[in-house]
Amino acid sequence: MEAVQPNVGFVFGLFAAIIITSALLVVTLKNIFHCALALIVCLTGVAGIFVLLHAEFLAAVQVLIYVGAVSVLIIFSVMLTSNLASRRIVQTNQNALVAGFAALIFGAGALLLLKLHDIWPKAGSALPDDNVMTIGKLLMTDYMLPFEVVSVLMLAAMIGAIVLARGERS
Amino acid sequence: MLEMIVASSIKVIIVMLAVLTGCAYATYMERKVVAFMQHRIGPSYAGPYGLLQPIADAIKMAFKEDVVPDKVERITYALAPIASFVPSLLVFAVVPFSADFTLVGRQVTGVISDLNIGILFVFAITSLGVYGIVLAGWSSGSKYSLMGGIRSSAQMISYEISYGLSIVGVILIANTLSLRQLVEQQDTILHWYIWKQPLGFLLYLTCAIAETNRLPFDLPEAESELVGGYHTEYSSFRFAMFFIGEYANMIAVSCVGTTLFFGGWQGPFLPAGLSVIWFVIKVFCFMFFYIWLRATFPRFRYDQLMNFGWKVLFPLAVVNLLVTGLIVLW
Repeated sequence: MEAVQPNVGFVFGLFAAIIITSALLVVTLKNIFHCALALIVCLTGVAGIFVLLHAEFLAAVQVLIYVGAVSVLIIFSVMLTSNLASRRIVQTNQNALVAGFAALIFGAGALLLLKLHDIWPKAGSALPDDNVMTIGKLLMTDYMLPFEVVSVLMLAAMIGAIVLARGERS
Repeated sequence: MLEMIVASSIKVIIVMLAVLTGCAYATYMERKVVAFMQHRIGPSYAGPYGLLQPIADAIKMAFKEDVVPDKVERITYALAPIASFVPSLLVFAVVPFSADFTLVGRQVTGVISDLNIGILFVFAITSLGVYGIVLAGWSSGSKYSLMGGIRSSAQMISYEISYGLSIVGVILIANTLSLRQLVEQQDTILHWYIWKQPLGFLLYLTCAIAETNRLPFDLPEAESELVGGYHTEYSSFRFAMFFIGEYANMIAVSCVGTTLFFGGWQGPFLPAGLSVIWFVIKVFCFMFFYIWLRATFPRFRYDQLMNFGWKVLFPLAVVNLLVTGLIVLW
């Protein structure tokens, strides 16, 4: 693996460029279907970064869940909500200010956390052999509570979706 | 390093040639087998027993006019066949075709790339296949294509979950995600995972047929209702790419099924260098079964397909997973 290292910087830059460009396209393109496609490119780029970090499991799951399932659902709903044959669903950016503010707070918060806690593994430190096993064990021991909280959140989201989909009748 | 690159490139070329030839002759096999099952003769003019028919078809396909309708969205329209074709071939990168063997003094591994997350890679890539169909459906600017695209995405969403869950049982027992190790564990016929995971295998088979859009689940391209479905507006080589992609997908799920449940290249009598023959035989049986199903069953209705996916396959997959988990723990 060591022989491949010299180009990591270049590959990282490439993926970063892809991610940033497509992320910008997601929020600026006019046609909502194109936005969804740009989102797919963006998420795939993130998977590329994971591969670069030797987190193959995360990369595969990123593609499987985000690209293969979540984005398909988004595209599916775009195709269903639009008037079938027309492609004229235009993206409106009415919430641009609020969204920008939220993104700013989130970004600043993430940066702050990283400054406060020095969590990055140093270059040259050993990689765990089997990161699937490690992640699985951690999720079921140290991170049990967050894991369960996320599950409950998902359940709530599902129930919410069903309630919304059923509408007012009953 | 250089040697590794050269060896991998040679393997990639061999595998691609084999898969593409396999796709071409899968069409021939399908036509012949279905013909015999229906008391017909099937292709018989080009070459002896019609053996040159796939080649004639390929040449015909390549020289046809590429008709692009006015209302299409150019870029996505051009991307769609590629998005359908490429993932179907990528899967073969991690499939172990044969045992490791020595060739002119060099150790040759029987797989292009032995990822330690092999099986996840397969499923991640397979889940991308839907985009070709969705893009084609949306960009063609035709209601038949659009209906085909929507049906396809609904179908894939419904079957993807059961598809993924159906193989988790095998992974739980095998305790590895590497396809190569999976094969090595199934060293005799008694150790094949089909005996330990019979329900898992049936679920895999059913979902795989739905994922590859084959009869009896071929709703995205139901000829009688949707003309050609998502590829109605495609012609010439772009159509051929969808077509090859579909057959490559069939071969891919057959290969993965063989690897997971039937011991891959494992088999008696043959030396390591020829173990690929066992693999091919097993994949061939899978393909035959596919075609047999096609000749036997009528197409599902759309709501039946959805009900079957969510109310039958999904609960069964969960039960299978729970029972397997309990047994493994116990």
